[in-house]
Amino acid sequence: MTPKEIHARLREQFGEDVVTGWLESDESDPKNPVIYDPPQSFIDARHIAEVARFCLDDDALKFDSLMCLSALDRDSHLSVVYHLHSMTLKHVAVLRVDVPRSEAVVPSVERVWKTADWHEREAHDLMGIAFSGHRDLRPLILPEGWEGYPLRKDYVAQEYYRGMKVPY
Amino acid sequence: MVEPTTRALRTDTMVLNMGPQHPSTHGVLRLELLTDGEVVREAIPHIGYLHRNFEKHAENLTYPMIIPYTDRMDYIAAMNSELGFVLAVEKLLNRGPKPVAVPEKAEYLRVIVCELNRIASHLLAFGTYGMDLGAFTPFLYAFRDREQILEFFEELSGARLLYNYIRVGGVARDFPPGFHHKLRRFLKYFGPQIDVYDTLLTNNKIFLERTKGLGVFGIDKCIEYGWTGPNIRGAGLAWDLRKDEPYGIYDRFDFEIPVGENGDCWDRYKVRMDEMRESVKITQQALDQMEERGLLEDENFTAKVRGTLRPPAGEVYLRTETPRGDLGYYLQSDGSDTPARLKVRSPCFTALSALQEMSHGLLIADMVAIIGSIDIVMGEVDR
Repeated sequence: MTPKEIHARLREQFGEDVVTGWLESDESDPKNPVIYDPPQSFIDARHIAEVARFCLDDDALKFDSLMCLSALDRDSHLSVVYHLHSMTLKHVAVLRVDVPRSEAVVPSVERVWKTADWHEREAHDLMGIAFSGHRDLRPLILPEGWEGYPLRKDYVAQEYYRGMKVPY
Repeated sequence: MVEPTTRALRTDTMVLNMGPQHPSTHGVLRLELLTDGEVVREAIPHIGYLHRNFEKHAENLTYPMIIPYTDRMDYIAAMNSELGFVLAVEKLLNRGPKPVAVPEKAEYLRVIVCELNRIASHLLAFGTYGMDLGAFTPFLYAFRDREQILEFFEELSGARLLYNYIRVGGVARDFPPGFHHKLRRFLKYFGPQIDVYDTLLTNNKIFLERTKGLGVFGIDKCIEYGWTGPNIRGAGLAWDLRKDEPYGIYDRFDFEIPVGENGDCWDRYKVRMDEMRESVKITQQALDQMEERGLLEDENFTAKVRGTLRPPAGEVYLRTETPRGDLGYYLQSDGSDTPARLKVRSPCFTALSALQEMSHGLLIADMVAIIGSIDIVMGEVDR
């Protein structure tokens, strides 16, 4: 299936309130194109775990592999992007969830794909997104007690970490 | 009759820290082992000792400046790390007003250096794996041959490990005079050499006893945990991006995808050995095709990239097959000369995340055999 058909299938299943939007490349102005490859389906943050579960279980989709889970800082808000791939049907889809900076909570998909476990822990460490329902959200990459979320655009490194000067 | 003393012995669990400085953890990996005698009840991996936040650095660097940093992730196979990043940038650039046309010659040079680097990487995996299990000699053989590849790279790029060779639009330098003859001589020597390794280690009885049936990880588990590369092929799934989602000119070569049967340590190891043979085949074919197409005399090894690189705004995801599996780059551009965000999906990171589940009830020495068999590089796990 093409990403567009996958989007239509998700929309048919969950409706417009959950599958809220679709973003694809706009190349109408050849001087200033905007590229989304693969295109993205917007999912309401509260329902991402259900949508993920459906993507895995549905016979027409069978997204058994989560290629990548990324957290992004888009200045006005944060987002989590899920790159899905089906090993059996060989198609891809991209789910995107936007959350406000002040309330960065996204339901965890760690129970859907095991590989999401560490990806979510990493995103929690570096971007400060809380994955609700994750069973073990201990720091993974950063040392314990590190302040702030380094990948956020407004990040300022702390002065001292356990008595050691940080900025150099 | 005296009561056997073992009945009176009380067993207790003990927490043992393995690493971060430990020869068998392949870099700065720390495992928190909960042991009962010599049996591992639980192994919790602690990573991040080599974390440099590459992704944050990348946001403050122009595109060509990022390439040397990608070298420092998987420093064992730096050419392959570079290629993925460069292809992602080119993918975005080519949809914009200033596309870059990579010359035919550069495509071949990229394939050749990547396949040679794959051999060098698998040689290191082979050598250190033997050492993990107490066989020192294979390591010396592997490093003797790996050295020749590193010397090629030194001649080509000036560096032995971190090359900065593959650039946006092509490669940094052309082959030096007579280089392809040297390559051919090496390939002729190295092909049969793999059989020597097989007699040395692959079919060694002690080695078989230590690795067969250990650390079995089936296809379904592999997919669930995002295992890729030789690790998933060891389980028996012929999944190779060079065949399944061909990038560059990989569709022009005739090669096999070696697979294992059971997904145990030996299968994963064996897949790497067989892959070296395939890489030799690909490199030979690449040299042949270059000769047929008259590319050896061609001096056009890079596209003319004028001015600062400013890929169009947007987001692309691109993955390539490195010696360790699918290396993905998720590139977000805002149209300026630096990326807005660059996320790296590392194959070692996902492979290591399964270690905790695999470790229950193993002997400590078997733990070492498993870590060696998934072939991790901490520079890429931590980034």
